[in-house]
Amino acid sequence: MQAEAALGRVALWFVVLVLSVILAGTARDTGFAAHATILGILAFVMIWVTASRFDPLGKAQGFFKMPEGPSRYDDDPVRWGVLATMFWALVGLLAGVFIASQLAFPQLNIEPYFNFGRVRPLHTSAVIFAFGGNILIASSFYVVQRTCRAQLAFPALARFVFWGYQLFIVLAASGYLFGVTQSREYAEPEWYVDLWLTIVWVAYLIVFVGTLARRKEPHIYVANWFYLSFIITIAMLHIVNNLAVPVAWNGSLSFSAFAGVQDALTQWWYGHNAVAFFLTVPFLAMMYYFVPKQAERPVYSYRLSIIHFWSLIFLYIWAGPHHLHYTALPDWAQTLGMVFSVILWMPSWGGMINGLMTLNGAWDKVRTDPIIRMMVMAMAFYGMATFEGPMLSIKAVNSLSHYTDWTVGHVHSGALGWNGLISFAAVYFLVPRLWKRERMYSLRLINWHFWLATLGIVFYAASMWVAGITQGLMWREYGPDGYLVNSFAETVAALHELYIIRALGGVMYLSGAIIMGYNVWMTIGGRLREEKPMGAMPAYDPDKDRPIAGSASPEPAE
Amino acid sequence: MANKRIDEPTGTEFVGHEWDGIEELDTPMPRWWLWSLYATIVWGVIYVILYPAWPLVNKATEGVLGWSSRGELAEEMSVVDQARATVREELARIPIERLPENSELFGQAVAGGRSAFQVHCSQCHGSGAAGSQTLGYPNLNDDDWLWGGDIKAIEYTLVNGIRAPGVDDTRMSVMPPFEGAFDSDQLTAVTNHVLSLSGKATSTASGAQLYQDNCSVCHGPSGEGNRELGAPRLNDAIWLYGSSPEQLRTQILNPKMGRMPHWSGRLDPVTIKMLSAYVWSLGGGEEFVEVAEDPAVEVDEEP
Repeated sequence: MQAEAALGRVALWFVVLVLSVILAGTARDTGFAAHATILGILAFVMIWVTASRFDPLGKAQGFFKMPEGPSRYDDDPVRWGVLATMFWALVGLLAGVFIASQLAFPQLNIEPYFNFGRVRPLHTSAVIFAFGGNILIASSFYVVQRTCRAQLAFPALARFVFWGYQLFIVLAASGYLFGVTQSREYAEPEWYVDLWLTIVWVAYLIVFVGTLARRKEPHIYVANWFYLSFIITIAMLHIVNNLAVPVAWNGSLSFSAFAGVQDALTQWWYGHNAVAFFLTVPFLAMMYYFVPKQAERPVYSYRLSIIHFWSLIFLYIWAGPHHLHYTALPDWAQTLGMVFSVILWMPSWGGMINGLMTLNGAWDKVRTDPIIRMMVMAMAFYGMATFEGPMLSIKAVNSLSHYTDWTVGHVHSGALGWNGLISFAAVYFLVPRLWKRERMYSLRLINWHFWLATLGIVFYAASMWVAGITQGLMWREYGPDGYLVNSFAETVAALHELYIIRALGGVMYLSGAIIMGYNVWMTIGGRLREEKPMGAMPAYDPDKDRPIAGSASPEPAE
Repeated sequence: MANKRIDEPTGTEFVGHEWDGIEELDTPMPRWWLWSLYATIVWGVIYVILYPAWPLVNKATEGVLGWSSRGELAEEMSVVDQARATVREELARIPIERLPENSELFGQAVAGGRSAFQVHCSQCHGSGAAGSQTLGYPNLNDDDWLWGGDIKAIEYTLVNGIRAPGVDDTRMSVMPPFEGAFDSDQLTAVTNHVLSLSGKATSTASGAQLYQDNCSVCHGPSGEGNRELGAPRLNDAIWLYGSSPEQLRTQILNPKMGRMPHWSGRLDPVTIKMLSAYVWSLGGGEEFVEVAEDPAVEVDEEP
């Protein structure tokens, strides 16, 4: 690094440091002060790093054995993203097991920082935005380069996206434990963290669209439609849902721009579309790339992919009101939420059909390839969850299921089954390629992971179905004289054993992820476990895995 | 596009594009999928015609069925109300002390009371009405009553509450704090005497004297309590704030005195009647003894 440039950057970080000291000193609440302190520490570290012209990422890159190569795809942000995915997966799942245990054994509530109310948003945000978000950003950077045959546009911005997103996660997660929250489902971070995420997200959009614009292929691959709709829609949802007025510029508290039922609807318009455009659409993008690659088969139907893409994104955005059945929300809005949810059923299944039928001609790989096995299970759970969803949105069903653990079970069969398994499969696909290894350290350990995860989900979903229906029936149970039979406390007591089973399922799922962490670690370390072979992995030629350099004319498609 | 290639295993044509080795087949959309999609759309169109759906300028379309969630609720509630109307009328008419004689009506009152108890009372008294022996929420299953255990006295407590602020007729009494009144020997002596009333300790002459001077006015010479003052019995095994010497000392020096909200105005008289019947039925209910024509007079005769 040039001395002048280093000096300039030191000055810049120094300004950030001074600002954060002022903010920490004058903050109106301790949560905000803690966040300013985190920023200050970061700025201090950056001053140190820049001033000594010492490149810690270079060291870390050496430690994590990240291969380099200028004529290659720009994979550093992807490698960092995969490592972050692994880390946050373990954090998020551990938090999940912890709060599941708190529900079974309330004594585990450790006041004030680790009570259920604070750890629950930590869990949801860690699994959705930290684990899910990192694999989405990493895989989108990987996929968009390959399917465009072009390097990432704006490499510096791509790195900013990765590190900026990690800062967002740290601020969000620590804020929950400090008690900084705006109490909006899946959007708990306060106004200043929201502003930061907006900046990071716009940078993400610029990098992604920039790369699309540089593509050497004539057409944009279907996975990239899904990624792009995810990035654009999440930006819109995030901004509208988080419109708020801060009480002061140096305090964390803010008030929403909406009130009453309008606020509730805004929250669930956001909340449901976080499920749609964060947990469904971009994960379908991953499916559209990794399933055909791993199976070495063409995508089942181009026409289906067009129709189900457009119908999915058109219908999904309307479905939010089904979270507010039988509330103060006007009847007409409830009707529309329900109708659009039911019509959404087939467009959702279009993705599952296209993924599963891609295996036509390669179904034997389910027996031999644990990664394919994981993908198939992911798509099966996707299909189940997207059938269950429209069903639960029907008012008659909802009147039983609403506010019960059935909803929790539904979310987790989708999140653990679909999002979790497809992400794990993608990581298993990516790690050997990103670190230039022959294969994963052990395919048998992948198989262990698969069975532990699957069994864990079954325990989880089955116990929550029973718990939810039990709750729903007990809440509405009338005696012969027409009076309610159960008190709320009695319905809680009835669920104790089911909560234990649920926590056990979570422990199994977490164990699978720990095995995966070990497997990834050993693979990066360049080790190959000696074991009975399981089946051939798809052929991979590192020499062909590179962008089309220089020439402006795109290579003709076949 | 002239020379279409065919995918060997499926016999389907390729579309012709390729990205990083991924190709696409030109498979038509599965018919069952497409027809299911059409079917849900047709169902959706019919549904939005039948039910309130589209927001217009002043209000939304109301749907040809004329259904509304508020209307549905009102209808269901009126059905339930009508089914209960006779019972409620009968309950409103009958004097509470006569209620136990009418066993059918009494059974219905207990059922309704149990339900109301789970909603309004279980937070303190517990869903089984067992209360808490240390936190000061009385157990309602036993026959130890602070303010009277016949059905009419229970109703009075429910209506007026205990030490309820702003209620003129609330059950009211105060135990004075004895902080500073006793030295530590005296405190031990009086504590031992209180415990000796139920045979848990041995009394001394000084303890008996201290009790006689300071406590017996309300709690009675042998610790039998006084329901008019809500002074608890001290010579049984039931304790409101715990029976350890330490808990007793705390209660003597700096007494806790429980409060119960009054339910008049919050619950209708019939529901309060049903609650009284339920609590009375739990096991410790006492017979109502008529002592005077005037029903406002307290029923328990204590000196």
